[in-house]
Amino acid sequence: MSSLEIKDLHASVVTDEGAKEILKGVDLTINSGEIHAIMGPNGSGKSTLSYAIAGHPKYQVTSGEVLLDGENVLDMTVDERGRAGLFLAMQYPVEVPGVSMSNFLRTAATSVRGEAPKLRHWVKEVKDEMSKLDISADFAERSVNEGFSGGEKKRHEILQLGLLKPKMAILDETDSGLDVDALRVVSKGVNDFKASNDAGIMLITHYSRILKHVQPDFVHVFSEGRIVESGGPELADALEESGYVRFTGGKQEEAAAR
Amino acid sequence: MTVTENTVPAGSADHNTVAEAAEATVPAVSKGERFTSYDVRAFEVPGGREENWRFTPMKRLRGLHDGSAVANGEVKVDADVASELRVETVGREDGRLGVAGVPSDRIAAQAYSSFSTATVLTVPKETKASAPSVIRLTGPGEGNTAYGHLQVRLEQFAEAVVVLDHQGSGTYADNVEFVIGDSAKLTVVSVQDWADDAVHVSEQHLKLGRDATLKHTLVTLGGDLVRISPTATFADKGGDVELLGLYFSDAGQHQEHRLFVDHAVPNCKSNVVYKGALQGDGAHSVWIGDVLIRAAAEATDTFELNRNLVLTEGARADSVPNLEIETGEIEGAGHASATGRFDDEQLFYLQSRGIVEEQARRLVVRGFFHEILMKIDVPEVRERLEAAIEAELEAVGA
Ligand SMILES: Nc1ncnc2c1ncn2[C@@H]1O[C@H](COP(=O)(O)OP(=O)(O)OP(=O)(O)O)[C@@H](O)[C@H]1O
Ligand SMILES: [Mg+2]
Repeated sequence: MSSLEIKDLHASVVTDEGAKEILKGVDLTINSGEIHAIMGPNGSGKSTLSYAIAGHPKYQVTSGEVLLDGENVLDMTVDERGRAGLFLAMQYPVEVPGVSMSNFLRTAATSVRGEAPKLRHWVKEVKDEMSKLDISADFAERSVNEGFSGGEKKRHEILQLGLLKPKMAILDETDSGLDVDALRVVSKGVNDFKASNDAGIMLITHYSRILKHVQPDFVHVFSEGRIVESGGPELADALEESGYVRFTGGKQEEAAAR
Repeated sequence: MTVTENTVPAGSADHNTVAEAAEATVPAVSKGERFTSYDVRAFEVPGGREENWRFTPMKRLRGLHDGSAVANGEVKVDADVASELRVETVGREDGRLGVAGVPSDRIAAQAYSSFSTATVLTVPKETKASAPSVIRLTGPGEGNTAYGHLQVRLEQFAEAVVVLDHQGSGTYADNVEFVIGDSAKLTVVSVQDWADDAVHVSEQHLKLGRDATLKHTLVTLGGDLVRISPTATFADKGGDVELLGLYFSDAGQHQEHRLFVDHAVPNCKSNVVYKGALQGDGAHSVWIGDVLIRAAAEATDTFELNRNLVLTEGARADSVPNLEIETGEIEGAGHASATGRFDDEQLFYLQSRGIVEEQARRLVVRGFFHEILMKIDVPEVRERLEAAIEAELEAVGA
């Protein structure tokens, strides 16, 4: 049983012009076995929340706490957070030229597991996970994310999720840019991961279509750096119907209309 | 018409540009009109401000440039070559010498005027060497100076892989000639793995015959000052030259690579890719990439790229690509140069997967060099370089 507690989190982005506050008091607790969907207009700070939790150097936490099983995550380096059981599937996964996917996956698994996986088991494990996600075998020898299509990048984020088996996973718009078939495959990957690891999931999305495949226990509306409304799955349907406008005071009408 | 183009593509993944030296200047004198001579007396002693010398720390040349460096030692040449090849030690008067190119700076001319014997390696016509050939050149020893000359010649339709392995101490200036006959194919890797005290200044003359192919790789790891100037010329149509380079400059090291590709005949290709990493105080790398496409060189296809990865504070990379085009009838021509620090996004991505920072950095540096290493199709050399890069990374704790 794990928990991720986010308490009154404030964070700023570091830009050339100085720091700009984006997160303005986020409160959220995710327990293992729970799926929390976070929905909100463009620019409301959803990715900033995920980066701040993962420890991206561009984002500075100015106050508040993030605890994983009671341990202060904010005191940890980025890689310590990864090894402690946090995982971020990024909205825009990064290309790392010259580093093969297979080398990367094995290095990451070795780091997270604390020992190198036995080669024979590992090869099979990767092969199985890849085929579950309909990823062809030749991706293993390609450079990490380099030249991958948007959908291929997302599949590989979920591949890592399945192999690294974190306690808490943040999926930042993993559904964006996926066609219908890919959405089904990726959703299955997420569900399998959750079922076999009893993990907690924060699922950031703009669309309720993924929520038909990955059933959320809670839905939160995110606006201007905070959670402004929380409810059950029915909230996602209400958002689909009427947009974010009633939660954002009309300011984000345009974004809500998408 | 002369057009000099200098573009740095916007898509470069680098953050924090450290030194972007893609200067948009038309050279005062066209590369095509540069002065060359076999005779050292024909050159003025350079002071250090000349275009040709402005990046080089003249004081550290130990007098190679002004005639005060008198030969008092020898470079030991050990040839371990495929059985089909011929190795000879010849005198200055040998008529074959000097055909690949004429020295274009005072040190190269000094070396040409000063060597006593030359080594000539020949691959006879229509012969394919059965194994890579290694020529090991060991420096004259600390405090000593030597001049040398080496020629690798491939007769028509010959094929070979040649490794030049420079090591040891001392001061050394030389000319190296690669004479590649019609339809011949040469792969050459020149490794500069000198001891910390070594100074090596070299001009490499690359001359390609009709339909000849050359893959030329320079790898510079050691030395106090290493300055290598490869010049590629095409004797006839259809030549294809690939110039690759990899360097790792440590604290206090000056590593300079000055390339010149002279396209004077039609239908030739050149592709240049140089990558360097720098670490430590006073590490300095210089890359000059001059490509000249003369009026007659129609249907030329050329591209050059230099990328530098600055790993620590206090290191400096200078990168000057230069493309002079005198004809509109070309296949393609372009160049790019970028110098950056570690990409924070890459490190963040790797670290977020639990990989400790130090290891993430190593992955990124290895990845950076991967493209070049994969092109070195001599497995023994590639493995040795991989090990050398690991050792460099260990040294800094990156
Ligand atoms: N590195 C940055 N530099 C400058 N501004 C930034 C940076 N990162 C985020 N911001 C700003 O912070 C705000 C929140 O951005 P964030 O990416 O967190 O939004 P989001 O909710 O994820 O949006 P989307 O739905 O479009 O992904 C935006 O106004 C954005 O422009
Ligand atoms: Mg976002």
